[in-house]
Amino acid sequence: MTMHQLFKSRLTMIVAVVVLAALLPMFFPSAYYYRVAALVFVFALAGIGLNLLMGYTGQVSLGHAGFIGIGAYAVAVGPTHFGLPPWLSFLVGAALSAAVAYLVGRPILRLRGHYLAVATLGFGTLLSIVFTNEAHLTGGPDGMAVQRLLLFGWAARGSETWYWISAISFVIGAVLAVNLMDSPTGRALRAIHDSEVAARVLGIDVAKKKLTVFVISAVYASVAGSYLALFNGHITPEVSGFLRSIELVAMVVLGGMGSIAGSLVGAAVIVMLPQVLSFLHDYEHMVLGLIIMAVMIFLRQGIVPSLTAMLARRHP
Amino acid sequence: MTILAVDRLSITFGGVCAVDAVSFGIPQGLVFSIIGPNGAGKTTLLNLISGLYLPQDGRVLLAGEDVTGWVPERLARRGLSRTFQNLQIFFRLTAIENVMVGRHRHERTGLLADLLHLPAVGRQNRLTRQQAAAALERIGLQAMADRPAGSLAYGDLKRLEIARALATEPTLLLLDEPAAGCNAVEAAELEGVIRAIAKDGVTVVLVEHNMRLVMNVSDRILVLANGRTLAEGSATEVRADPAVIQAYLGVHGAQEAGHAGG
Repeated sequence: MTMHQLFKSRLTMIVAVVVLAALLPMFFPSAYYYRVAALVFVFALAGIGLNLLMGYTGQVSLGHAGFIGIGAYAVAVGPTHFGLPPWLSFLVGAALSAAVAYLVGRPILRLRGHYLAVATLGFGTLLSIVFTNEAHLTGGPDGMAVQRLLLFGWAARGSETWYWISAISFVIGAVLAVNLMDSPTGRALRAIHDSEVAARVLGIDVAKKKLTVFVISAVYASVAGSYLALFNGHITPEVSGFLRSIELVAMVVLGGMGSIAGSLVGAAVIVMLPQVLSFLHDYEHMVLGLIIMAVMIFLRQGIVPSLTAMLARRHP
Repeated sequence: MTILAVDRLSITFGGVCAVDAVSFGIPQGLVFSIIGPNGAGKTTLLNLISGLYLPQDGRVLLAGEDVTGWVPERLARRGLSRTFQNLQIFFRLTAIENVMVGRHRHERTGLLADLLHLPAVGRQNRLTRQQAAAALERIGLQAMADRPAGSLAYGDLKRLEIARALATEPTLLLLDEPAAGCNAVEAAELEGVIRAIAKDGVTVVLVEHNMRLVMNVSDRILVLANGRTLAEGSATEVRADPAVIQAYLGVHGAQEAGHAGG
């Protein structure tokens, strides 16, 4: 593909998502759907971050909800206990996540495969325990209220507002991710996925690149966490729990590893399917599990890459 | 100038001396081959030189500088690159992207520029792609450029690895059994490739079992057996060395060879 085509495809992608986001509300029967759609965009943002780490660079994290927790509690604790404005708390949360990712990533990113998975799992669990136990700051297991986001005297409230904020943020996050992958850094990251030793003998500082992408993915998760807290107005340690980390991994794998669009589709499935299946009551989770299993069996590479490959075969 | 000097290099694995006090020096632009029976320590020696293993004793000097204990990425930035006996291809990338990754140490954009796709990144991408396309053309893989590397034939992947290593613009290139699994035609092509590399002033260290290739292409040959230097010299000298004949054919075989010669 020539650079001109690449640029065109990038622009096409932005326009497509913006048009989709603008048209979508026309089909919303009630305000509740704004809320669901906003959640999809927020989780897709976290999904993109994890996809950069997992899908492109091949490094598993089972503790990424920990960074969602840092972002969420930053916008909760900052204004309540330290009198920081929410927007500043938001930035502090992102910076804190980056710093924590840097410090934690240095030792644990040396691990590979299952060992890295278990180490990140431990990290996520640790953060979740901190949020639960530091009750004087976080309100403990019951969580705490989150002040509304105020920007220039304008309060961001209501599902419709958050729909737009999360949609625009998703587009920005997606563009940055696509940019990164179409760059020298992105090529190095994808190379690391296939052969670390080959990347090293070509002069790529593998440890540094892994740390870079880990920090970037942590910031994505942190931003998503902050949005989630500001949007809900309330936050509990559950947001950073093991189940949330697993959901994030499921989004990335289901939507498609190494596919930015896949992160959106994966988030849509994981967020919306439980809502759609809620009429099944007790069987909801069972059917949800079955659907996920079926998707992985029949669309092995994840929804977006598998369907793209099928279309390409049909219309060569 | 001596581009690579190895001085009493040693490493043991579980009490076994895999490489035992091996020393040699290679002048710039030569093709230097390392041969020996299986388990002689050839690949271990390459791993020591390229920084994948840490030697227990001895030194490695690259262009006169002591680089003992340097990590591979640091050595790569000083002009040492290599290929692998078992392919280490970036299978999810296309053929041309594999070579583009080889250009990484020459790429000059920062992380922030990469994230924002500043104009410099577009220029860098175009330049890297051009250079990689030229490298693919040199080894006759231009038709495969945009195919996923995973779909290429084995012999093509062997050459792709060489092109990728060359893209780093090394002064010293280590080739670990490049002809393994290649047929006679591919091996002959490889001979031309190695000659062309040396002609460009790149020093080549070749570990190879294909004796025809080694004898045709080497300026000097080091023979290893049980981790030790058995002989070193030109192709003619090494071929005539009784110790080498014995190591390759066994005592019995050497006697037979002696009878046949007498």
